[in-house]
Amino acid sequence: MSAIAFPAPDAGILARRDAIIAGLARLVPPQALITSDDERRPYETDALTAYRRMPLAVVLPETTREVAAVLRYCLEQGVPVIPRGSGTSLAGGAIPQEDAVVIGVSKMNRILEIDYANRVARVEAGVTNLAVTGAVSAEGFFYAPDPSSQLACSIGGNIGMNSGGAHCLKYGVTTNNVLGVTMVMLDGEVVEIGGAHLDAPGYDLLGLINGSEGQLGIVTEATVRILRAAEGARPVLFGFPTSEQAGAAVAAIIGAGIIPVAMEFMDKPAIEICEAFAKAGYPMDVEALLIIEVEGSDAEMDAQLARIVAIAREHGVTTVKESKSAMEAAAIWKGRKSAFGATGRIADYICMDGTIPTGQLPYVLKRMDEIVKGYGLRVANVFHAGDGNLHPLILYNCNDPVEAQKAEDAGMDILKLCVEVGGCLTGEHGVGIEKRDLMTVQFNEADLAQQMRVRAVFDARWLLNPAKVFPLEGRIAA
Amino acid sequence: MIIHTPTTEAQACAVVKSVVENAVPLTLRGGGTRAGLGRPPQVASTLSSAGLTGITLYEPAEMVIAARAGTPLETVQETLAERGQMLPFEPMDHRPLFGSDGTPTIGAVAACNVSGPRRINAGAARDSLIGVRLVNGRGEMVKSGGRVMKNVTGLDLVKLVCGSYGTLGFLTEVTFRVLPKPAETATLQWRGLSDAQGVALLSKALGSPFEPMAAAHLPAGLGGEEALTLLRLENFPDSLRYRSGELALLLGEYGVPDNLEGEPMAALWRHIRDAAFFAGTQEAVWRLSVKPTDSPRAASAIAQMLPGARWFYDWGGGLVWLAAPAGSDAGSAAIRAALKPLGGHATLVRAPDAIRAAVAVFQPLSEPLIRVTVGIKKSFDPAGIFEPGRMYAGI
Repeated sequence: MSAIAFPAPDAGILARRDAIIAGLARLVPPQALITSDDERRPYETDALTAYRRMPLAVVLPETTREVAAVLRYCLEQGVPVIPRGSGTSLAGGAIPQEDAVVIGVSKMNRILEIDYANRVARVEAGVTNLAVTGAVSAEGFFYAPDPSSQLACSIGGNIGMNSGGAHCLKYGVTTNNVLGVTMVMLDGEVVEIGGAHLDAPGYDLLGLINGSEGQLGIVTEATVRILRAAEGARPVLFGFPTSEQAGAAVAAIIGAGIIPVAMEFMDKPAIEICEAFAKAGYPMDVEALLIIEVEGSDAEMDAQLARIVAIAREHGVTTVKESKSAMEAAAIWKGRKSAFGATGRIADYICMDGTIPTGQLPYVLKRMDEIVKGYGLRVANVFHAGDGNLHPLILYNCNDPVEAQKAEDAGMDILKLCVEVGGCLTGEHGVGIEKRDLMTVQFNEADLAQQMRVRAVFDARWLLNPAKVFPLEGRIAA
Repeated sequence: MIIHTPTTEAQACAVVKSVVENAVPLTLRGGGTRAGLGRPPQVASTLSSAGLTGITLYEPAEMVIAARAGTPLETVQETLAERGQMLPFEPMDHRPLFGSDGTPTIGAVAACNVSGPRRINAGAARDSLIGVRLVNGRGEMVKSGGRVMKNVTGLDLVKLVCGSYGTLGFLTEVTFRVLPKPAETATLQWRGLSDAQGVALLSKALGSPFEPMAAAHLPAGLGGEEALTLLRLENFPDSLRYRSGELALLLGEYGVPDNLEGEPMAALWRHIRDAAFFAGTQEAVWRLSVKPTDSPRAASAIAQMLPGARWFYDWGGGLVWLAAPAGSDAGSAAIRAALKPLGGHATLVRAPDAIRAAVAVFQPLSEPLIRVTVGIKKSFDPAGIFEPGRMYAGI
C-alpha cells in the first residue's frame, strides 16, 4: 500500500549520515543515540503500521537541555526532526522519513510534582497518560483525558494530538486539561508557557500547541490539571433494536439536561468482536449498544440512572444491564477500550476518526455501511455518541494489496462524508500523514494558508515533522 | 472618525482590503461595552460588527450554537434559555466596572475570552469556543474549527483568536458549545474567615468529589461587614441537598455555613462575576491569575506596597480581583514585583487611558515569546491594521 506520498529524501543529508551521527554523538550520552538497523527498526512506524520509513537516527534524550542541543544542531544541519512520544499514533503522526532524526521523549518519564491543593501535576513529556492517574489515584484524583491507548501513550503525544477519550463529554480533551508546558523551539530556545495558574497571558499559545502534531516545537514538560474523582462511577449497558433508536435516546438524554460522564456507542459487529474478546456480558440480541456511565454517590447514581432509563424506554430500549460490581464495571470498559485490539485479532483494520453533528448519525451510519459494502468490505462501529466522534473500523486483509487499497479508499470516502454533513476529518487522532491529503476537503486555500503562516513562525524551513498535516503541494514557508 | 459597518462577510473583506491599501489602521468594535480592555486605541477608524447579527445555527440536542459576531450576547443567552441551555462559562459583563453602556456582543466575548466564576470548573470561553470565521489582515475570510466539539483537524486557530482582543482579525461568526442549565442552584456561605482560611476552604472543597461550580472568597467590607467564603453548587435537587450536606461536614472545621438562595444569591454572584464591588470608583482594577494557594500571599504583599488596596478571590483563589489607588502607574510596579517570585500573571483591566498607554497592561512576555507574538501577529495581519498596540506597545 503506497497511496500516501512522502517527500523525497534529501540525498545530501543521506550522504552526510555519518557526520550527522558524529555530531549528535557529541550532544547526548552514547545510550541516548540509536543508529544500528536493528535498534532503529521499532521507530520506523507507529500504530499506522501500513507505512514505514527507516529514520536516519533516533535520539532519546533524558533532559530538556539535550532536546535543545539536538534541535539546534538539526536546524544548523537542515535535518528534519520527527518528535515521538510512545509511537501509538493511529494517523501516522510519528512515522519518520529516511532523512530525519527521530527525537523520542520516552526516557523523560518522571512525575516532577503533584500539588493536590492546587489540583495540578507537573510531569515530563514521556510519562504515560495512565501513569499520571496512577500517581494520584491513591488520593482519589485522576487525569481526565483517557484515550484507549492510555496505558502506552505519552502526555507529550497527547498534547501533540490534543487527545480525547471516552470521558471527555464531561471533562474535556487534552487542551482543556493542560495549564502549562515547557517547550523547546527549533532553534533550541526553551520557553515556558502557562503554569499552575489559569489562562496564560498573551495569545493562547497553549491552545495552539495542543494538537499541533509536533510541528511547532518539542514539549518536554507539562503542567496538567488533576481532578478529584467522583465518589463512584457505574457504566450501564443499554441495548436497542436499531441504531436510530440509540441515537435518538442520546439526543433525548442531552435534551433532558443530563450530561453523563460518557456515552459510548457500538454496533452489532463491534459488539460481537468485543464480547468475544472481553466477555463483558454485552447483549448479543441487539443492533446497537450504548454504554452510559453515571457517577456520584450510590443514591445519586440511582437517581440519574432512573432518569436515563426512563428516557431509554421511551426510545425502545430492550436491554438495560447495570454493572453490579467493580469487576463487572471494569469488564464493560475493557470491552469498549479493547475494541481496536480485539478487532485486530480477527482481521486487519483501519480506524477512522471523523466527527459529525450527532443529528446526522442515522444518515451517516447508513451511508457508511453502503460505502464500505460498495468496496466489498465489512465495518464495525464504535464511537463517542455524546460528541459525534466516530470510529468506524474497516476490516480487511493486509496481505491483499487490492483489498488494502480498497479499505483506505473506503476510509477516505467516510471522512469526506463526515465533512459533507458538517463535521470534520479527525476528532481526536490527528491528521498525521493519514488525512493530510484530505485537508483541502475541509479547508479552502485561505484557511490552510493562514494555518501554514502561523506554523512558519515556529519553523520557516519545514523541518519539524514536515510530511504531516499539510498537503505536500503549495506549502507556505513564511 | 470613520465607522465601517459591513452587513456581509464580503463587505467586511472589502473594507479590510481598502484599509490595507490606504494604511489606515482600525479599532474593532462590537457593542463597545468592553472597549476599555487593553491599551487605548491609537487609531481613528472603527470596524463595527453591528451589521452582522443573528443566530445562524442552534441545535439543542447537539449542544451547539453559532451566531454572527455582532449578535447581542443577551439574544444568544435568551435563545439558549428557551431550551433550558446556557453558555458554560458565565461571561462577565464589563459595564459595571467600566461604567460603559451599550449591548455586549457574542463576538467580543470570543475576542476577549470573557469568562466568569464557572471558569474554575467548566472552563473559559476559549474552552467552549469551537469555531470561528474571521477576516484576516489580508482581507481574506478564514475559518477554523467548526460546529462539532471534538475536532483536531489542523492548527487550532480558534484558540489563538480567542483572547487576541481583535489584534488578529475581525470575527464575523462564532460557534460555541453549550450546556444544559442546572436544575437548581444553591450557595453555601461561611462567615468571618481570613483570606488564608477562605482560600484553604475553597481548595479543600474543589478537591472533593462534590463539584462546586464556583468558589469565591470576599474579605470583610466587600460583600458585607464580615468576610464571606462562598461555594456554589448546581445540580438536580436531590444531589444538591446531598452535596451541600457532605460539604458542610467535610468543611466542619470552618464553622457551619448558611444557605444562600434565590435572587440574593444570584445578585452576589453577578457582583463577583462583574467585579462590581469596584464599580464607580477611581481605583485602578487588576486581575491576577495565580496558583490558588499563593493568592493570599500575593494579595498581602501587594497591600503592603499599595496601602488602600482592596481585593477578592474567585476561581478558588486562582483569580484575584484587586483595586488600588490609580497613582501614577496604577500600582503596576508593586503588583508585578509581588508576583515575580510566585509566578502567575497580572492584567490591568481599568485605569485612565494615559496610564494604560504608559504601563504594560498585559504581563510582559519573555524575549522568545515576544518574537513568537510578533510573528503570529504578522502572519494574520502583515500590515498591522487591526488594533495596533492594543495588547503590547508596537505589536
